[in-house]
Parts: sequence; C-alpha cells; structure tokens
Amino acid sequence: MSLLEVRDLRVSFPTADGVVRAVRGVSFSVDAGRTIGIVGESGSGKTVLTQTLLGLTPGGEVSGSAVFDGTDLIGLPEEQLRRIRGAQIAVIFQDPLTSLHPLYRVGWQIAEMVRAHDKSVSKAAAAERAVELLARVGIPQPRQRARDYPHQFSGGMRQRAMIAMALSLEPKMIIADEPTTALDATVQAQILDLLLRLQQDSGTALIMITHDLGVVADIADDVMVMYAGRAAEMAAKRDIFYQPHHPYTKGLLESIPNSSAGAGRLRPITGQPPSLINVPPGCAFHPRCAYVMDKCLTDEPGLIPVAQDAYHRSACWLPVTAAGLSEQAEEARRRTVGEGRHEAAAKIAEAIAESPEAEGSVIA
Amino acid sequence: MTTPQPPEADGDVLVRVESLVKYFPVKGAGLVARTVGHVQAVDGVSLTIPRGKTLGLVGETGCGKSTLARCIAGLIPATSGQVIFDGTDLTRLNRRAMRPFRREIQMIFQDPYGSLNPRRRVGSIIGDPFAVHKTATGNERKKAVQEMMERVGLNPEHYNRFPAEFSGGQRQRIGLARALALRPKLIIADEPVSALDVSIQAQILNLLADLQQDFGLSFLFIAHDLEVVRHVSDQVLVMYLGRVAEQGPKDPVYDTPRHPYTAALLSAAPAADPDAAAARQRIILTGDVPSPINPPAGCRFHPRCPKAQELCSQQDPPLESKAGDPPTHLTACHFPIQPHEDLTTSTVGSRAGLGTSTGSDSFGGGTA
Repeated sequence: MSLLEVRDLRVSFPTADGVVRAVRGVSFSVDAGRTIGIVGESGSGKTVLTQTLLGLTPGGEVSGSAVFDGTDLIGLPEEQLRRIRGAQIAVIFQDPLTSLHPLYRVGWQIAEMVRAHDKSVSKAAAAERAVELLARVGIPQPRQRARDYPHQFSGGMRQRAMIAMALSLEPKMIIADEPTTALDATVQAQILDLLLRLQQDSGTALIMITHDLGVVADIADDVMVMYAGRAAEMAAKRDIFYQPHHPYTKGLLESIPNSSAGAGRLRPITGQPPSLINVPPGCAFHPRCAYVMDKCLTDEPGLIPVAQDAYHRSACWLPVTAAGLSEQAEEARRRTVGEGRHEAAAKIAEAIAESPEAEGSVIA
Repeated sequence: MTTPQPPEADGDVLVRVESLVKYFPVKGAGLVARTVGHVQAVDGVSLTIPRGKTLGLVGETGCGKSTLARCIAGLIPATSGQVIFDGTDLTRLNRRAMRPFRREIQMIFQDPYGSLNPRRRVGSIIGDPFAVHKTATGNERKKAVQEMMERVGLNPEHYNRFPAEFSGGQRQRIGLARALALRPKLIIADEPVSALDVSIQAQILNLLADLQQDFGLSFLFIAHDLEVVRHVSDQVLVMYLGRVAEQGPKDPVYDTPRHPYTAALLSAAPAADPDAAAARQRIILTGDVPSPINPPAGCRFHPRCPKAQELCSQQDPPLESKAGDPPTHLTACHFPIQPHEDLTTSTVGSRAGLGTSTGSDSFGGGTA
C-alpha cells in the first residue's frame, strides 16, 4: 500500500468563459521514501493537482479519491484536513518571500508552525526547535539568524527557511512546487542537494513539481509527464529520458538545447498548449503531434503499459515498439502512422508541417 | 584594471566595450540624503561583439549583466569607460547625436507582456519604431509591419489584436518584430526565453537563429540557462560581481573552464540526462553572492572559492590568457583549474558530504 494513492482525480473550475477542466482524471501513487517528479508546461494542471490534495483549490469541483496513509483527503472536512496539512504533508512553494510573513522574525514563524499543531510545546522549546531546524538546513549561525526578518535573508536562505518550516513537524510527505525555479544555478544545486539529503535521512516521500527536466533528471525516482490536465506518460526516471513513448515526452526532450546533441537546430513542438476550456477531442495533444492518426482525433487514449514492467505507461495510440529514441522506434512510429493516417488526420498533419515552427519533423 | 584585448581586426567587431564601469550611488537616510556608498554593478568590463555573431553573457542574479546590457544600449549612462559601436564611442554622445544609434541597437526583454502596452493594438506597437524615427507612414507603415509580423511567425491578419490575445511565445515574437522593424545591427536579448515553456522556448531560439542569418544581426544574449547560452553563442563571457571571471570562444570555456566559478556554475546546471546527472561531480559552492556595495577585496570570488589561497584575498587577478589556452580564452584567476583537476575533492561539500555549509563569512555580505 502506497503512502499516497490518487485515483481518477478530476478538478474543474466554473468561470464566466466556461468550465476550466484543469485536471481530467489523474491517477498515481507515491511510496514512502520515494521522489516523484511531476513535469508539465504552464497550464498542464500540475499545480492544481497537488493543491487539490491539500484542499487549497476553493471553488473547484473535485471528484475522485486521494488516499493518504489510510485517509481520503478529497472531501475531508477542513478541520481534519488542517491536522494533516503541515503536520503530515508539508508544502514548499516557488517564491519563499511571499510564503514568509515579512513582519515576523524567521525563527518565530517556524516556532509558530510547531505550536500551531501541538499546543503542549512551550514557547521556549518551540524557539529552540526552530534554531535546531535552521541549523539542520544549513543556515550558519542559526541562533542569531532566527532573529532575522525574511528580508534579511537571501533567496537561497529563505528557501532553506521554508524547508526548515516544512520539516518542523516531521511530515511523511513533502510537496515541492517549483522550489528552485526562482533561484540561481549554484543556489539551486545547494537546495536540491539539501532536499535529497533530508529525504534520505528521514524517509519522507517527495512530490517535486517542475517544468525543468534537468531538475527531474537530478532528483526524481519516478516521473509523471502531464499534458492538458492528464498524465501523458508515467515511468521510472531512466525510461522517461531514454525510452520515451509519448510524442509529447519525446518532443519535450528534443526541445531542450543539449551540448551532446551539438549546435544544430532545435526541434520544437509546434503550436501552443490548448485552452483547458476547449480541450481538443480525442487525444488532447493531437493538434500538435507529428504522429497524428485518425484514431487520435476521436478516441482519447488511456494509460497503457509500454514495457514488461507495468509501471512505464503512456497515453498514446502508438504501439509499444514505438518507445525510445532509436531508429527502430522511429521506424515503428512511421509504419503505424502510415497505416493509421487517412484524410482527416492528414489535414492536421499538413497544418502542423506548414506552421512556422515546424522543422520538417512531420511525416508527410 | 587593464585587460588584454583578443587580437581581432576591428572590421569584424561591431561593439567594443573598454573598461566599462557603472556605479549606482547608495543614499543614506536623513533629510539631505548623502551618498554613503556605491553599488559597484559593473566594474571594469571589456568585451567585443563580432559582427553577425552572438556573445553569450552568463552570471547569477546581481552580477551586473543586465546593467552592462543597459549601458551598452545607452539606456543608462556609464560611470566611466567606452562603448565603441561601429567606430563611434557612444558614451561621449549627447541625446541628439545618440539618436541614429538607437535604431542600430534594439533590446528584447524577459517578460514580453510587461514590455507591451496592453491597451494598444499589436500593429501599432510594432509600427512604433517607424513612427518614432519617421521612416514610414500610413499604408507603407502597415505593410512594413505586416511583413515583419509574417517574418517572425505571426499571422499578419492579427494586426488589430491586443497583446492579451496572444500567448507568451507569440508575445515574444511581437517584441522581436518591434525590435527588428528598423533593421538594427545589434540585438540585446535580456533573458528572452526564460519565461517560456521549453517547447515554445525552442521555437523562439530557432527563430532567433534564422533572423540572425537573414539580417546579419549581432546578438548580446543574456541568460541564466547555460545550455541555452551554449546553444546560441559563439563567444561567452562569465560575470561575477561586476567583473569578468572568464571569457572566450564557447567550446573551450564550456569544455575546459579555467575559472573555479565557471566550473561551479557549469557543474551546478541541471542536465536533462539522468545518467549524466548521476555521473557528474558537483562543485557545491557555499553561501551566496556577496553584496556589490562592499565586494570582497582581491578576487571577488575568493570567499566562496574552493581553491582560494591567501593571495586571492589580497590581489585582484588580471584577466589574461592562461598557459595552454587559445589567446582569446581569458581567465581572471590566480590559480586557474589545471586539466583533469578535480575540484570536487576540495573541502567544499559535495553531494556525498554536504552539510559543510560553514561559509558563514560569505553569508554576511549578502544580507548587509
């Protein structure tokens, strides 16, 4: 039994323009001590997904289940959710300055977190605990620094303070939403190292939400790639990077400038991510997919196992043999597309090939 | 600070920056605010941008890269030093004399939405440069704008739309169309793709490469993503706290960095390749970048440097070509990295033994 089991989670927001279907049926699980990376572009639903677990999406219509340590978080009364949030599931956000109160000392804010969940801890003991936590996340002279205000901390130190706060109640799971995006490369490396080390020490499960495949390559065990509110592909880290099956995953990997690939042209994905109010019918990725087939226009693929280990799954109509970046895989893709593409899909493929960003990546 | 220039014929050089300095005064509190110090944002930087090529500018927040770019563009006056553009020193020009050069140098910014007036139509935004410089009017202007829109991959029929109706990538295309309207020679791109999703980022990078070729543009390309910079640049320049740490052709700088800061920066950048990430030895720097108001004496990197010795805190290292490097590869370091030297064995925490964040000295400055 996993620590967290999410089953068919759906979240939609009614707006004046129509219903925004932010998450459209996502299932995944996280085991204790593991790190799952959730990757996706803006608007893929990755943040809404995790905020829903914490009851932080007011106004959203939620269905499905998310069983954490035996309790279904979806539909849980606020009172009970409060006890889980922070104490058992902690969150680290992208921008630590807006998550810290500017008028209170950093140490006080951490101590407050401890006391909010356990009134039996004395103020002095909580303050002492705050200093310990600051030391644990690598803040030098923690006793003096606990008396600083957030603006006196640098960006990296603020993120360390946020991590200290997240750790204060020894949570079973940490959700980190783009925790290093606002930081410089050398500081990002410090923070990722810190997260990894703390996780190894305490066996915490970590959900890492990011748009940066480099961060995922670095610290995740498993990866879920999201597109338009659904999981496009899910696999152990190496499979995602070396045996990608979904054309979107493959497109993301090929979009990144990579020194080993030389200074040639990049192969971007054409077009834009869809609006979540008007999600394309069939596979949501089909209007941008170089391998679009007739079936993709009408039938939405579910997650299908693509390897012997049933964990690697992909929501794409291409055959299992199409996984990977090898020539054989490309051959398998071309063959399937050749059989599966007729008039309707051919029109779309033509439009993709003619779009200004296309780099001859579409099969004619 | 004297800096040897890369030996290059001036005909190939579009921009030559000589010992550029930009200090911002720090005012004290009180009724008559007196200057109590200076932010040494750029402190003696020399560089050249070859014609039709791209110079990549790399460095962390606060290293002065944006200030340098704005000085070169003439948006803010330099404290001292020269910016020689096509043979003319821009720092000596008054506003009127500067005007023709404003056409030649254009900037594009990180946040394309923030740099577009939300209440004006796209056609009129892109047509602005024509209006300001009075080069085209009426239908002629509209035609020029639509041509430019098509060139950057926008639908010319969207001439009358507002910026809000476009996506992030399309907005960056609008910014590009506006920058290119007057056929400039130099484009200064300050983090042009940082705010874009990777799939869109690749579209814009390809577009920039096409435009460079078609219009013979030179680029000063600022970005914090080292892989992006490597992809687009011919030359790179690494800045740290207002100074040049290392500069040269991109391959030697990336493949055999000589400055420990360059090496740390490169090792810190996450690569989207799990096996490479696992194999790589990280150089984790302790602490943060110190304040540019009171930069450390000697080499500005020494409080964070895994190789620092006593000399480093006393003497400023000159920017020079180190033994074995091509003459255009310059490094400002007393103890440059030797081939096959492994910095991860230094006392600074590596992945296995982190928790040595004892660089308390280096924290002090950053929060003053």
